[in-house]
Formats: sequence, C-alpha cells, structure tokens
Amino acid sequence: MSATSIFEFANPVRFERIAARAFPLALIAALVSAAIGLYFALFNSPADYQQGETVRIMYVHVPAAWMALFCYSAMAVSSAAGFIWKHPLADVAAKESAPIGAAFTFLALFTGSLWGKPMWGAWWAWDARLTSVLILFFLYLGYMALWRAVPDKTRAAKLAAILAIVGFVNIPIIKFSVDWWNSLHQPASILRADGPSVHPAMLTPLFLLIGAYSFAYIALLLSAMRNELIARRLARYELASGEAPARVVER
Amino acid sequence: MTKKKNQRLVFFGGIFLAATAAVALTLFALRGSITYFYTPSELIALAETPSSPIRLGGLVSTGSVEYVIAETGDVVSFTIEDGSADIRVNFAGLLPDLFREGQGVIVQGRMTGNGVMTADNVLAKHDENYMPKEVADALKEQGVWQDEESGS
Repeated sequence: MSATSIFEFANPVRFERIAARAFPLALIAALVSAAIGLYFALFNSPADYQQGETVRIMYVHVPAAWMALFCYSAMAVSSAAGFIWKHPLADVAAKESAPIGAAFTFLALFTGSLWGKPMWGAWWAWDARLTSVLILFFLYLGYMALWRAVPDKTRAAKLAAILAIVGFVNIPIIKFSVDWWNSLHQPASILRADGPSVHPAMLTPLFLLIGAYSFAYIALLLSAMRNELIARRLARYELASGEAPARVVER
Repeated sequence: MTKKKNQRLVFFGGIFLAATAAVALTLFALRGSITYFYTPSELIALAETPSSPIRLGGLVSTGSVEYVIAETGDVVSFTIEDGSADIRVNFAGLLPDLFREGQGVIVQGRMTGNGVMTADNVLAKHDENYMPKEVADALKEQGVWQDEESGS
C-alpha cells in the first residue's frame, strides 16, 4: 500500500514512539484542565435560578455524556478502518476505546440519576434519551464481551467491527431523542440552532471539564493501545521461540 | 487487492444501511409508545380516552393550583395546559421541589370518566435554560422573560 501521510501513523513502531511522547502530555493536560475546571465548577460559578447548587452535577454529567457518544463514534470509525482497509492499529484503537467509553457512559447514567431525583422527582424514567443511553452502555459491554469470546484476534476484530457499526445507528438516536419524542430529559442546551442556552459563567467550567475528559480519553487510549501492542508482540515472540504463550494474560 | 477492498467497503456500508433501515422502521412503528407523555391536546385528540395509566405533560396553569386539606391527607388540584388545551389533575402525594405555576410537569395517572386525571406521581420537567438567579431576575424586570415552553 502506498504510504500517504495519515497512513504513516498506522505503522505500529512509529505509533509507539509517538504515543510514548504524547501520553504524558495528554495526562498533564487532563489533570490541569480538570483541576481548573473543578475549581470553577465547585467554587467559582453561580448557582442556577431554578436548580440551585444542584446545577453543579451538570459539569460532571454533560462531559461524560458527550464522551460516551464520542468514544463510540471513534470506535465505529476505527472499526470501519480496520475492517475495510485492514490498518493494523485501527482494530486496536477500536478495542481499547470500548472500556473507556463504557466508563463514561456509566458516569453519565449515574450522575444523571443523582440529578434526576431532586429535580424531576425520579431516579430513573423510561424516556427516549435515558433508555437509548442505557442501550449504548449495553452495546459497549456486548462489544467488549465479543472480543473476549472469540479467541482468534483477526476474526474477533471482524465480528466486533460489525457489531460496532450496527450499534452506531444508536448515536444519532441518542442525540435527537429529545427532539423526536416528548421526553422527560431536557432538549440540547449547547449544540442548538440559536446558540447555547447556558449562561457564560456556567459555560467556563463546562468547557474546561469537556477538555479534561477529552485529554483523559486520549491519555487512557494511548496507554491502553501501547499495552495491547506490547502484549501482542510478546505473544508472537513466545510463540516463535517455542514457549507456551499462556503467560500473556488475555485482556 | 483493490477489488477485495471495495467488496469489504460495500459489505460494511451495506450492513450499516440495513441496520439503519431496520431501526428506523422499528422506531416508526413504535412512535406512539416511545413518546414519554401526551400533551393535553394530543390526549383530547385521541379517539378513545385510554383506560390504562398514562403520562400527561405540560405547563401548570397560572392561578390554577388549589390545595384541599382532606381527612385522607393533603390533596392538590391543578390544571395542565399546552397553549391550546388543558386538563384538570388531582393528586395526593409529594410534589417535586420544582413544582410551581408556569413550570413544566409530567403527571402519571388515569383519566377518570369526567375528563379529569387522577395522578399517582408528579415529575417536574426541567427546561434547557441554565442561568444565575440575578440574571433571571434581571430578565424578568426587563420584561423579556419567556416562561412558556414551545408546543410540547
């Protein structure tokens, strides 16, 4: 295959060199933006006129929900690249995005529940937004289970990619669920036609924490991908040198 | 090589399109059940008043909230409107903190024969606006406050 600029990164050796340098930078960026963001979220932003102090849950909830969608989208795109163009790194990126996305989804569901009880008067409601996000969580778990269930990595990658692309249908449903159906969950506040309906003083901590979550995703993904590449190389090495590859713990 | 790649591209894209079509048809068929609540005008427009429990959502009409202290406990009665229709609701139980006149709420309960709803649960619906109290007060003072939710 002819090497165009973006395919250069698909070389695992070059990837590992870049990832080793990018990981600490992403980690530092995540920690710094989280520290500043949480300071604004907890101490230096106004209480809401209706929700009072409960509004601060939003600063943890909204970035988690966004990342839940983003990680799945990244997983679907990587899966497509792995399935169609057989990039060696794309399948690894898709596989390692899943547990991170599942964690963000759980955080969004959990913090949403904590907010729902005092504001709506219910921990949970089977409305379109909440239900579609719960389905997203199960899609992540199913995707992770599929990787573990199929021993042959090449075959597992193919099957998991198909599951990922089928589940990708859910992403626009989650985004537009609040517009298509009457739902208990409020409509979009940030990405909407006539600009954000959130006061600027509340947007500062929100955007800082969205940055923190994004950098955390990059840092976690890079280190998880490095681990996976090393584990695979170790397995190949032990296979070649005649040792039983059983010592490599299946993740 | 290129031919195989194209086959995989078509196969993968085909799966996505098929899944999208299947889900779209399913959601279209279920559109009535996915809706979390009826608005008063939707409920009135129904050919037959449902006898099973339903959810009704809208704004609490200004000046419509009445508290009746009965021997069985506190009973509250209010009207839910959506701009073109309204329905009276009776409820005995705890109201959420955000419940007040002009607020969006969703009530769960049954329609009684005379077009009144008896609710066994009231949920407050929060809108998409977030602002500090001072800003909300200033907007109200300037008369640019919009308390009405649109349509649904």
